[in-house]
Amino acid sequence: MRDLAQAGRYLTQSLRLMVGVPDYGTYLAHHQATHPERPAMSYEEFFNERQAARYASRAGKCC
Amino acid sequence: MLNLRRHLPWACVAILGAVSLAIVALSRGEAISALWVVAAALCTYLIAYRYYSLFIATQVLGLDPKRQTPAWKFNDGLDYVPTNKHVLYGHHFAAIAGAGPLVGPVLAAQMGYLPGLLWILAGVVFAGAVQDFIVLFISTRRDGRSLGDLVKQEMGTVPGLIALFGAFMIMIIILAVLALIVVKALADSPWGLFTVAATIPVALFMGVYLRYIRPGRIGEVSVIGFVLLMAAIFGGQWVSESPTLAPIFTLTPTTLVWALVGYGFVAASIPVWLLLAPRDYLSTFLKIGTIIALAIGIVIVAPPLKMPALTQFAAGGGPVWAGSLFPFLFITIACGAVSGFHALISSGTTPKLLENETHARYIGYGGMLAESFVAVMALVAASCIEPGVYFAMNSPAALVGKDAATVAQTISTWGFVVTPEMLTQAAADVGEKTILARAGGAPTLAVGMAEILHQVVGGKAMMAFWYHFAILFEALFILTAVDAGTRAGRFMLQDLLGSFVPSMKRTESWVANLVATGLCVATWGYFLYQGVVDPLGGINTLWPLFGIGNQMLAAVALMLGTVVLFKMKKDRYAWVTMAPAAWLLVCTMTAGWLKIFSADPKLGFLAHADKYAAAIAEGKVLAPAKTLDAMWRVVFNDRLDAALCVLFMAVVISVLVYSVKTIRAARSTGKVTAKETASVRLPAGQRA
Repeated sequence: MRDLAQAGRYLTQSLRLMVGVPDYGTYLAHHQATHPERPAMSYEEFFNERQAARYASRAGKCC
Repeated sequence: MLNLRRHLPWACVAILGAVSLAIVALSRGEAISALWVVAAALCTYLIAYRYYSLFIATQVLGLDPKRQTPAWKFNDGLDYVPTNKHVLYGHHFAAIAGAGPLVGPVLAAQMGYLPGLLWILAGVVFAGAVQDFIVLFISTRRDGRSLGDLVKQEMGTVPGLIALFGAFMIMIIILAVLALIVVKALADSPWGLFTVAATIPVALFMGVYLRYIRPGRIGEVSVIGFVLLMAAIFGGQWVSESPTLAPIFTLTPTTLVWALVGYGFVAASIPVWLLLAPRDYLSTFLKIGTIIALAIGIVIVAPPLKMPALTQFAAGGGPVWAGSLFPFLFITIACGAVSGFHALISSGTTPKLLENETHARYIGYGGMLAESFVAVMALVAASCIEPGVYFAMNSPAALVGKDAATVAQTISTWGFVVTPEMLTQAAADVGEKTILARAGGAPTLAVGMAEILHQVVGGKAMMAFWYHFAILFEALFILTAVDAGTRAGRFMLQDLLGSFVPSMKRTESWVANLVATGLCVATWGYFLYQGVVDPLGGINTLWPLFGIGNQMLAAVALMLGTVVLFKMKKDRYAWVTMAPAAWLLVCTMTAGWLKIFSADPKLGFLAHADKYAAAIAEGKVLAPAKTLDAMWRVVFNDRLDAALCVLFMAVVISVLVYSVKTIRAARSTGKVTAKETASVRLPAGQRA
C-alpha cells in the first residue's frame, strides 16, 4: 500500500516535470537547508518562475 | 551454473524475438498479425538494453556510481535537482518524443513494413540509443553543458559555431515541415480546422485561469482543458454538418499557410503563460495518453498488417517520396531510429536532473528505446489500413489524378486493388469529404489509429471521432513545437544578429523581439509556402531536407562521442560510436549528393530546376505553375533547396575534418585529454 502511494507520488512528479515544473517540496527542503535566512518563494511565485524559465531556453522542442 | 541460470530467461527472450522476427520477415502472401511486430520489437529492445547498453555503461564509458553529478554540485531546487530516475525517465521521454517518430515510419510504409521495421530496430540499438546515452554521459561529466558548448570544448570554437549554425538551420526546416503536416491535415477539412482552432481560446482560458484564478493548479486546469477539447471535437462535427458554418472553416492550403504564419508570429510574441504554456500542458499529457492508448489498442485488437512486407517501391520510384531504399529509407525514418535533435535534449535539461551517473543508461538508452517503440506503433497503424487507401492518401494529385475514380484506377494498376467506392467510403467513415492527396503522415496515421481504436471503444459510429481525435492530438503538439521553436529560433537569431547590431541582443526590447520573430517566421513560412505549392506535394521536397539535416546532426553528435572516447583513451571501444557515425555519414552524403545532382527531376533539385528552366526557354508553362513568374519561382526554390543541401553537407564535412584532427592529436599523446570536470566523490547519503 505504501509502495502504491509512493508510485502515485512519482507519477504526479513525473507528469509535472514533463511540463517543466519540478517538485515544490524538494525546492522548499533545499531552500530551508541552504539559505534559511532568505524567504522562500511561495508556490505561486515558484510556478511562475519555472514557467518563464522553461520557454526562455534556446534548446527548443524536439521534432 | 549460476551464469547459466542468470542468462536463461534472456535466452528465452532472444528466442521469442528471433521467432517473431522470422515470422515478420518470412511470411509472404498472407497478412500477419501486428502482434508479431510488437513482440519482435520488444524482445529486441530487452536484449539490447540488458546486454549492449550494459556493455557500453561498464566497459566503454565506465559509469561511476560514486561520482558527483551536476544535479548535486549545483543543486538549487530549480534547474539542478537530483531527481528519481523513473520521474526523470518520464520527463526525458516527453521531451524527445514528438511528431518525428509518428510521421517518418508512415511515409516509409510505401516500401512495405519490413524495411522500415528493420531500420527502426537496428538503428535504435546501434545508433539512436547509443547517441542519446553517450551525449547524456558527456554532458553530465561536463557540468550539464549544451551540445554546441561540448563540441567547442572538445574540438575548438570553429566547429562549435558550425554545429550551432547547423542546428539553427535544421530547426527552421523542422518548423516548416511540421507546419506543412498541419496544413495537409486541415486543408478543406472544416471538422479538423474547427477543432484545432478551438484549442486557441481553450488555451487562452487555461492561461488566464492558471495565472489569476487558481495559480499553478496544473492538474485541475488540464482536466478542464481536456473536457473542453473533447467538446471541441463534437463541435467540429456539428460545424462540418452546418451549411452556414462549414464553408467558413473550409480553407485552401495557401490560405492556411497565411493563417499559420500570422498565428506563429502572434503566438511567439505574446507572454508564454497566456497561450504557449497551457497548450504545452494539454499537448504533453494528450501525447503521453494517446501513445499509451494506442499501445493498448494494438495489443487488444491485434490488427492484421494489410500492407505487403515489401512493395515494388523498395527499388525506387515510389509515389510518396522519391528515391530507392538506400540511402533514402535511412533519412526518411529519422526519429525512432536515430535523431540528432535528441542530442540537444540529452545535453539540455536532463543532465542537470540526473541523480546518479549510472542512471544515464536507463534514461539515455532506455528513453530512446521507448521512442523507437512509438515509431513501431506508427508503422503498424499505417500498415493496417488498406494499401490502396494508403497510396490514395499519400500520392500527389499530379501523379494519380484528382477524383476518386482516376485515383482508384491508377493505384489499381500498381497492383493495390482499390475501388472508387472504397475511397469515398473511407472518407465518409472518418467524417471527411475527401482523403485524397493528404501526404504528410498525420492523416494516414489518424486513419490507422481510428481503424484500431474504434474496435476498442465506440465501434464504427465512433470512427470519425477517433480520426479527429488523432488529428487534434498531432496538430496540438505540432503547434506547440512551432511556437516554442519560433521562440528558440528568435533567441538564436538575436544572438547571431547581436554580433553585428548590438541593440538586437536586448531581449527586453520590443523592436528587437518583433524583428527577430518576424525574420524567423518569415524564414520557415517561406519554406512552408514553397512546400504547399510544390507540384510533387511538398513533403517530397522538405522531408528529405529535414531527414538529411537531422541525421547529420546525429552524425555530429556521434563524432563528438568518438572524439571523447579517443580522448579518454578508450581507443579499442571507439567503434561503438564510430560505426553508426560512419553509417550516417555514408547515408546522408549519398542522399545529399543525389538530392542535388540526380538526373531524375523527381529526385534531384537541379534536374528539376533545369526541367522548368528549359520549359521557360521554350515559353511553356508546366503544372502546377500557371504563369512564367511562377515557373521562375519553382526554379529559384529548387536551387535554394540544393544550396541548403550543400550547406548541410559542408557543416558535416567540416565537423568530420575537425574530429579527425582532434582524434589524431589525442592518439599522439599517452595521456587522457578529455576535458571532464574534476571528479568529486558523492557523500554516502547522496548515492542512489
